[in-house]
Amino acid sequence: MSSQGGWGSSKEFLDLVKSIGEAKSKAEEERIVAAEIEMLKRRIVEPDVPRKKMKEYIIRLVYVEMLGHDASFGYIQAVKMTHDDNLLLKRSGYLAVTLFLNEDHDLIILIVNTIQKDLKSDNYLVCCAALTAVCKLLNEETILAVLPQVVELLAHPKELVRKKAVMALHRFHQRSPSSVSHLIPKFRQILCDKDPSVMSAALCALFDLVTADANAYRNLTTSFVSILKQVVEHRLSKLFDYHRTPAPFIQIKILKILALLGAGEKHTSENMYSVLAEVLKRSDAASNIGNAILYECICTITTIHASPRLLEVAAEITSRFLKSENHNYKYMGIDALGRVIKINPDFAEQHQLAVIDCLEDPDDTLKRKTLDLLYKMTKSSNVEVIVEHMISYMRTLNDAHNKTELASRVIELAERFAPSNQWFIQTMNQVFELAGDLVPPKVAHDLMRLLAEGAGEDDEEADSLLRSSAVESYLHVLGEPKLPSVLLQVICWVLGEYGTADGTHSADDIIGRLCDVAESHPGDITVKGYSITAITKICAFEISAGRQVDLIPECRTFIEDLLASHSTDLQQRAYELQAILALSPETVANILPMDASCEDIEVDRNLSFLNEFVESAAANGARSYMPENERSGMSTVVTGTHEQLEPSAHALRFEAYEVPKPAAPPPIAAAPAALPFPDFEEQKPESSRSLRKQLAADREPDADSLNPEIVRLRLDGVQKKWGRYSQPQSSSTSTSSLDRRGDHGSDQVTQVGGGHREAVAASSIESGSVSELRQIERKKPQPEISTEKQRLAASLFGGPTASGRFSGSGGAKVSSRPGTVVQPAEKVLPPRPSSGGSKEKASDAGISKQIAAPSIPAPVDLLDMSDDNVPRVMTTAPGNDPFKQLEGLLEPVTTSSALPVPPQTASMDLMSLYDGNPAPSATGPVTTVPDLVSIAAPSSNSGASQSSTNGFPSLMDLGDLSASPFVELTGSVQGQASSKPMSQLKKGPSRQDSLQKDAASRHVGVTPTGTNPALFQDLFG
Amino acid sequence: MILAALVMNTQGKPRITKFYVPLGVEKQQEAIRTIYSALSQRPEDSCSFVETENIFGPDTKLVYKHFATLYFIFVIDSSESELGMLDLIQVFVETLDRCFKNVCELDIVYNFNKVHTILDEIVMGGQVVETNSAEVLKAVQDIWKLERVGDLNVPSVRGIGSYRSKS
Repeated sequence: MSSQGGWGSSKEFLDLVKSIGEAKSKAEEERIVAAEIEMLKRRIVEPDVPRKKMKEYIIRLVYVEMLGHDASFGYIQAVKMTHDDNLLLKRSGYLAVTLFLNEDHDLIILIVNTIQKDLKSDNYLVCCAALTAVCKLLNEETILAVLPQVVELLAHPKELVRKKAVMALHRFHQRSPSSVSHLIPKFRQILCDKDPSVMSAALCALFDLVTADANAYRNLTTSFVSILKQVVEHRLSKLFDYHRTPAPFIQIKILKILALLGAGEKHTSENMYSVLAEVLKRSDAASNIGNAILYECICTITTIHASPRLLEVAAEITSRFLKSENHNYKYMGIDALGRVIKINPDFAEQHQLAVIDCLEDPDDTLKRKTLDLLYKMTKSSNVEVIVEHMISYMRTLNDAHNKTELASRVIELAERFAPSNQWFIQTMNQVFELAGDLVPPKVAHDLMRLLAEGAGEDDEEADSLLRSSAVESYLHVLGEPKLPSVLLQVICWVLGEYGTADGTHSADDIIGRLCDVAESHPGDITVKGYSITAITKICAFEISAGRQVDLIPECRTFIEDLLASHSTDLQQRAYELQAILALSPETVANILPMDASCEDIEVDRNLSFLNEFVESAAANGARSYMPENERSGMSTVVTGTHEQLEPSAHALRFEAYEVPKPAAPPPIAAAPAALPFPDFEEQKPESSRSLRKQLAADREPDADSLNPEIVRLRLDGVQKKWGRYSQPQSSSTSTSSLDRRGDHGSDQVTQVGGGHREAVAASSIESGSVSELRQIERKKPQPEISTEKQRLAASLFGGPTASGRFSGSGGAKVSSRPGTVVQPAEKVLPPRPSSGGSKEKASDAGISKQIAAPSIPAPVDLLDMSDDNVPRVMTTAPGNDPFKQLEGLLEPVTTSSALPVPPQTASMDLMSLYDGNPAPSATGPVTTVPDLVSIAAPSSNSGASQSSTNGFPSLMDLGDLSASPFVELTGSVQGQASSKPMSQLKKGPSRQDSLQKDAASRHVGVTPTGTNPALFQDLFG
Repeated sequence: MILAALVMNTQGKPRITKFYVPLGVEKQQEAIRTIYSALSQRPEDSCSFVETENIFGPDTKLVYKHFATLYFIFVIDSSESELGMLDLIQVFVETLDRCFKNVCELDIVYNFNKVHTILDEIVMGGQVVETNSAEVLKAVQDIWKLERVGDLNVPSVRGIGSYRSKS
């Protein structure tokens, strides 16, 4: 204690330290430190602070910052202090600066000059202080400023300075190799410095250099060997001994360098054998440092070209380490064992017991190291034991980092060495249970694929046994209270696909369990999506097997819930389920064939099956397709929709925002009515952006698992070359694919599971990701569209007169839709069963989408449908009275299903596709949502009509969306109509949430503004 | 390379912190907390190594020694010898002990700038420069002797005299 007062610290500092030490609580400590900081802030700016006092303050600042408080207000004082002539003050300044600042700090530039001067100082201690500072403070640019001075110091008479100069150069090399590349030969020269301490400094640098490129330094091997020999033989001065071991750190460094030089080099290695033997012989196995050298020898011996004799000794030392009571040696022993068995795998067997001891040791580090070793030793013969140990260790972990890593190792081992599929499934279940959402989604996909594809051999029986056992195990697992989302998704998929396959479980049974799953995870849309899709599949299997499906009440409630869900995806799935229930067995069997998840799907990208239709339409006088860039007035739509479709606003967008165009909703917060129109148009891009930002932020906490997927999803879409021109068809076919779409939506799995069951699904997979693609493509002119496609599209979506029909046709389609499902399905299906290619792609897309899918795909689908060419067609007929369109749109809202059905419209365009559809279902407009969407959404107006006809969701979003102009619009057009969306709007739990979730309806809701701005101008003068 | 050298007491209060890799103040505090919580949970006879991948990235570990109320910790990457580091800690503590005569936690707190000086003589820029505690002591005492003498009386440094009045 005597030293406390005597070292220049003031009473005040002592008091500070003491009072902090005596603080009873963290809060009290905080108070003391805060008071101290206040005091220092005041004091250091006072004029004429004596320098000694200032040093004192700076020391206290350092202390305060070490405790985690901000002392940046005093940095400049520390910088000034480095300028001082007094060594004590200068050193204090340097100390503070090196602790405070990092190399890129702005203040560094104020020190460089001082450092330059100090490096030239005649006082070697000043030089040393500057060299120490140089190591911490300089970056690539500033290094150049002092480099000449540092190099000069390499010739300094004092070895202390030379040593530090070498260290500084080494540091420069680490920081910016290019700046000192011309000095590399110097490091070789320094190796010959007469002072061993300088030489040892050069070893550090050479180690780095050799690590980077061993070949260039192999000719130094003899030098290193001879240095090591001299060291081992005690030829250095006693000054370099450490506990009677000669220069142990030099030995260790050289051993490391030799390992690098000798790796894979027989000749070089042979030169080292004798010196290694010497080191082994002379090292003192009783001291810690001696063992450090021995361990290093083992590393070197096992890395270089093997010498049996040395290996023997290395193995012997390893045994000694493993048998030691000292945990440190055990640790080194386990590590060494891992190295030795790389060369001699049999060696492990002698030490099994020691390894097991370490594995069961309470010491966490040791246990982990042992698991590392076992991981490297895993073979198919021992995989079960090792994985079991890993899993039981995983149970004890609670930090995400280690858990993730261990889980990935278990998965890797299980995938590589699994003795049976059953074991694999069990293991995966455990991993999912323990690591939960830390497991990458891909693993879930692989698991599902394994189940879907079976063992690979064409042993159907074994496969179905495997599946049955999976079903059993999952039904069992479902009993557990808390399950991670990923596992639930797998369970739902498996139950949906194979739950009823072997006949042990009744459909009602499985459906009941699936409903339970959904019910117990009300917040998890993904799981709900998987669940409803699984139910759909089971129902489909039942129907196609000719059995009557009578849903249990629980399930009915569940479907009811989803029909009114805020997620359009879930909604759509629910509607699809309803639609399927109304179909004939044959149709259902086509839509969702039994156990077909592995079948390949071929996408008919040219949609050649529609050629006939196109031709007949053209023959009947339909206008041919006109590429977008030839149409006028469409760019607004395009950019508008593009902006709104971008749900992942948190990702960087590199394409420039378009010039503000009227299209998007005003910011959420703004009261719709309060916005004067022109303003709204001006603001739009800004506001929609900020809105999105806000949304992204809001969404972060609850849906973060979804977000990354979304981003990827989008990329997928972009990569695929699926032009928008195929879109019309895809949406027309989508009538049929809807049902499946549900399937692959949450059930991305199925695709992953190796292809999909239906051809159409593939097309909708495509279209799932297509929408983004299209957004992008839409921005550019597309001159390369084939005439065939153009014709097709044109005939599908009719000529300019379309807009007139459109307003009505939205409703018309609705009413005629229900039955339409079947026909197109049959049209599309034929191309399906064909060779691979698409399968892989599908699974790729599936993987990345797997998580995102459930919440996103539906929107995407919707979008797909919504951006047919129709809107463009519409605008080409500007003469159209917006009011009429609106009326057409809004009527449905008020009169729910009693829609005017202009027969003409029905028969033309898309509708003709659905002609002669066999089973006009009784489900009414409700079931038709998707179709409706696909057809109606295209035009803003029909988009609105869609939302209004099929009920709330889109309307709601519309409202939510702050697409308030629309609300206003409806209000002005038809009071009744507006009241509905408004009430819906209030119903939502959170505007932003539903907004966020339903990109699709956002789109739909918003388009009105975008498609035809004139509309609003008309309305609002 | 040595990524950081830390001394903290058994309550987790940092006594000396020196990071040889750039790390923001926040990160430093986080690292100190994480390290402390890892160390305080370790049973008495465990080994002296803890993997620190989650703080300092892959392939890093800390080597620590527990003396009385203090943990001495070096964070290293794979280019340093673990057992060697234990001896380096030994060198550090021996030197402290020689400087402060039966060093205790309070000596280190009250003289932490001196402790930094010692550490700087042992480790420089993340590399070990000196492992002989007598040599370290000699160098450190040279510095302190000169510090007590006061202003440098060297012609070449006169040039910066103009700063004196300002600071």
